[in-house]
Amino acid sequence: MPWDEGLVNSLVYDAPDPSEGRVVSYVKAIHEALTIGLTNDPAVFVMGQGVDDPSAMFGTTRGLQVQFGVDRVFDTPLSEEGMMGVCTGAAMNGMRPVFMHNRPDFVLLAFNQLVTHAAKFHFMDNGQTNVPMVVWAAIGRGWGSGAQHSQAIQGLLLGVPGLKIVMPSTPYDAKGLLLSAILDNNPVCVFDHRWLMKKDGVVPDGFYRVPLGKGTYRRRGNDVTIVGASHAIELGLQAAMQLESEGIGAEVIDLRTIKPMDEQIILESLQKTGRIVAVDTAWMKGGVCAEIGCLAAEKGFRFLKAPVARVGLPDIPTPAGYTLEQYFYPDAARIAAAARSLLR
Amino acid sequence: MTIRYPYTGEGAAGFDRYHHAHTPDFLRGLYFSMLRIRRIEEEIERRYHQDQMKTPIHLVIGQEATSVGACAALAHTDLLYSSHRTHGNYLAKGGDLKAMLAEMHCRITGCVGSRGGSMHLIDKRVGMAGTSAIVGGAVPIAVGAALAARIKGEDRVTMVFLGDATTEEGVTSESLNFAALKKVPVVFFCENNFYSVQSPLSTRQPPRDLHQWAATYQMPSVAVDGVNVLAVHDAAALAVERARSGGGPTFIEAPVYRLRAHGGSGDDTHTGYRHLAEREHWETVDPVPLFEHFLRSKALLDDAVISDMEGRIANEIAEAFDFALNSPNPTKEDLTRHVYAD
Repeated sequence: MPWDEGLVNSLVYDAPDPSEGRVVSYVKAIHEALTIGLTNDPAVFVMGQGVDDPSAMFGTTRGLQVQFGVDRVFDTPLSEEGMMGVCTGAAMNGMRPVFMHNRPDFVLLAFNQLVTHAAKFHFMDNGQTNVPMVVWAAIGRGWGSGAQHSQAIQGLLLGVPGLKIVMPSTPYDAKGLLLSAILDNNPVCVFDHRWLMKKDGVVPDGFYRVPLGKGTYRRRGNDVTIVGASHAIELGLQAAMQLESEGIGAEVIDLRTIKPMDEQIILESLQKTGRIVAVDTAWMKGGVCAEIGCLAAEKGFRFLKAPVARVGLPDIPTPAGYTLEQYFYPDAARIAAAARSLLR
Repeated sequence: MTIRYPYTGEGAAGFDRYHHAHTPDFLRGLYFSMLRIRRIEEEIERRYHQDQMKTPIHLVIGQEATSVGACAALAHTDLLYSSHRTHGNYLAKGGDLKAMLAEMHCRITGCVGSRGGSMHLIDKRVGMAGTSAIVGGAVPIAVGAALAARIKGEDRVTMVFLGDATTEEGVTSESLNFAALKKVPVVFFCENNFYSVQSPLSTRQPPRDLHQWAATYQMPSVAVDGVNVLAVHDAAALAVERARSGGGPTFIEAPVYRLRAHGGSGDDTHTGYRHLAEREHWETVDPVPLFEHFLRSKALLDDAVISDMEGRIANEIAEAFDFALNSPNPTKEDLTRHVYAD
């Protein structure tokens, strides 16, 4: 059992309305995307440390090896860089690998292959080669995850041309975006959040795609825009509820894909509200929050009625203990406070 | 002791062991390929100071036998991955000289449209599948290519060229381990030229044989005389055949000497990192004249044949430089192409 199972199990989400469709868990949604990907295309294979073990990558890969065989779903040596290179080479030669990691922290071992090889080959060889691969990882939080098991590394990758970065916030998106990532002809990083994994949602049966690079409105409002992705949207929606009770209309935009980033939807909302709170699961500096803030200043300056606000992680490594953690991680109240400060 | 890394092969006598199995045309073909690479490299070197090739270069003068011998063992459809020292690999695998020189002149007609330069001579049509300017970068990629062939059931072998320093990269160990574990059809061809830029092997590794290190990954691993094109060919052919028939990976170590500097034109021995006596010692087993003398001794080459070869090569080189120099530059619109695949 993953060490944070108890913690994740204790999280409470609003139950979806079953009248809106089939309700499944976030983990099941990922499992369905992988199953469909493997079924529809023999070029797809899934690998990663422990994808065939009893924990089955939080359950997302459970039973896949039995169903699809050891050649298409397999455990790997603890060789992150080497295996990222193997994925790159396989992708360059007709395969569509899905390389799964327990945590983004382990992807850092493979940056040479991901950043300097997978993301570069299509450009470097003048379009001779495509590198269609998915690098999946689950961002950790809490229960002692600490500095080396909770890093959300999307900010480090935003500045890498050739990569796409996907960060779902709902089971529907987790499935639809992962299927889009598998079918994309570029290296795509998919970062799911551990705390979303016990969330249920309405998820259609069978194949569908959520397009990469397109954000969506999760909630409409006229006074302030809260924009981000992944678990930060969960907190953003909670903050919007608090703000609503105070008569403040918060618009919540889920970017779904942070690279390429849907600039249009951000600017569209900013034009209406004039106020923006950029939220992220990672560090504010040089990351998603910074990029959104820069976009607002660069292309939305004339809309701004107040300074840009950022709510992400401070420039401090993640502490392991729960007391320090509560000072470290932002919550819905912090997002609401940031929004309120823009309306003063 | 001024010679830190002496040649340990058999010299010209070494050819006797291998030549019987090959036709005269095949043997002359190997010589022609080596001579062609040598002359191309010499002309690149001669013109480099003119600054029209605004790209780093890593000459293979002294290392022709490895590229030619190994590539002669590969089928056209087999794949070759390479490092920063690409010229010999690209040419021996069948890459187009005009496209190579155009690439080095940063022209749109270059083999990768001026996006790669000399360290990224790539042409998938001939199986020159990819290169990396990061030491070790291409090694796991080659293993992945071989894994793809195995999963898809394709009759295709992948070879990757690496250097002695590549064996120090962790990713190389990772790649050998995985290749042996999955028995993928890959050949690791290690040109051990004893120096990484100007750092000798002795400051980087304890005394050991690289092929014995590789053997610990439970794969066949051999050393061959890297200046003997026939020894290289036969070792490569055995490894390729093993890979093709499902026998998994092989590691080949070929000691060989870089007769020029790590990068750029000319030799840098005078800077003191290696002794002149060492280079001069290896010049006595320069792979191109060594093989020429052998073929002459067997009456398989004479002045007339060599003169004909030299003439053809000189014409091809002159035409290719003309092509490169008269090719258009890329345009501003070219910059934004191929960042993402459709």
